[in-house]
Amino acid sequence: MNVPDDLLYTESHEWIKREGDKIRVGITDHAQAELTDVVFVELPKMDRQANAKEAIAVVESVKAASDIYAPVKGTVVEANKALEADPGLINREPFGQGWIYVLKIDNPDDLKNLKDATAYKKQIGG
Amino acid sequence: MTDTATKKTALYDEHVKLGAKMVPFAGWLMPVQYTSIVEEHQAVRKNVGMFDISHMGQFIVSGNDARIWLNTMLTNNIDKLEVGQGQYTFLLNNKGGIIDDLIAYRIDNAKFLLVVNASRADEDLDWLKQHARGDAKIESRSADFGGVAIQGPRIGELFSELPVRNHIVDLQFEGMPISIARTGYTGEDGVEVFFRNSDASKLWNTVLEKGKTLGLKPCGLGSRDTLRLEMCYPLNGSDLSPERNPIEAGLGFFIDLAKPNFIGRDVLLKTKENGPREKLVPFKMKDKGPPPRPHYVVFENGERVGEVTSGTLSPSLNWGVGMAYVSAPSAKIGSQIDIEIRGQKFPATIEKKPLYKKS
Repeated sequence: MNVPDDLLYTESHEWIKREGDKIRVGITDHAQAELTDVVFVELPKMDRQANAKEAIAVVESVKAASDIYAPVKGTVVEANKALEADPGLINREPFGQGWIYVLKIDNPDDLKNLKDATAYKKQIGG
Repeated sequence: MTDTATKKTALYDEHVKLGAKMVPFAGWLMPVQYTSIVEEHQAVRKNVGMFDISHMGQFIVSGNDARIWLNTMLTNNIDKLEVGQGQYTFLLNNKGGIIDDLIAYRIDNAKFLLVVNASRADEDLDWLKQHARGDAKIESRSADFGGVAIQGPRIGELFSELPVRNHIVDLQFEGMPISIARTGYTGEDGVEVFFRNSDASKLWNTVLEKGKTLGLKPCGLGSRDTLRLEMCYPLNGSDLSPERNPIEAGLGFFIDLAKPNFIGRDVLLKTKENGPREKLVPFKMKDKGPPPRPHYVVFENGERVGEVTSGTLSPSLNWGVGMAYVSAPSAKIGSQIDIEIRGQKFPATIEKKPLYKKS
């Protein structure tokens, strides 16, 4: 499984890419493989405020619906509209075009609580 | 359903070798998918796919009294079967509720093969043994026999000889003795093949090899579920349960009330007379949106009228579809209903069976 070194991760299989005072969030390669074919994505609403570990989006595969969480406290400033037409992007490019939303974070220090690639690799047994 | 899965079919190693994602199902570790549920689904609709169904129970019922006795245990009429023919039928409890749905084959004058759901096999066997009469003998051969379902329009290119629909024949396939039945759970032409566990890997790999040029894919439980749901074939444990009878499930075609006596008959007669309180109906979402799932609540004009039992995004239609038990007055083809998904209501229409038709 691909686990890029330059990203941060959560226990619940989101990846986080820091972009200044914002973070881009998606689900990992491992998560998309476990979920199987993604067929629907419920994107978070713009300007929504979220606490860390709050469910703010839903990814649905053929088999089941799974919640996607906010890794840290912040406000939704962008959502990947391309997923509405092509939810399979999450399977094909989990770390690229399959990103789900961008969060403007309240406090950059919160990112210290997230896992690095090594810790995440250990979690998924890879 | 996801209890401690310790049992492995004789094909377990083959699944692992192919990189299947293994999941617990009815006490077994089964492949849910090899590459992608959608790809496997399409392989069956367009070409051909092979499923391990070795987890299903196989019982042999034999004896001079077998026929008459089985006819008191099952809803369909076994007397209508000639040797080599099978029928879909139900095993009911005393309340008319469904213990299991199964296929009964008459493999000889006084010998029957019952193919039952893995999740119910133990219970079925107990129930049958409890009620055994005369010299009828019931044996489970599940431990020694496996099965695969090979399904799809190109099935005829795999086998030189195929039985007619709903019939079963014994034959030699590449030197292996097999029973092959023209039946399935996908809505496509196809067969279910039963074999000795000692032949399992050889048979599996022979079919994979022969099917290569036909686009044959090994298929998991994921696509088995989407394929059957598009056809509105019920799944025991989801759409069928001991609290539901076949008339409520819309499967009255497979009960013969003209038979003088079988377990559950009196309840079915009453249900037929009074009409079922709820009915199992297929439905299709009106708009593109989240797919329906089991246990979502069904509304009509703002009033709760039922609950979804099966739901998914149909890979063939690329659209949300499902089945739900709804109160009888609402259970009409064309009725507009709403499915509540995460607190929001999404419109849907009650449809005719099947949800998917080959164009």
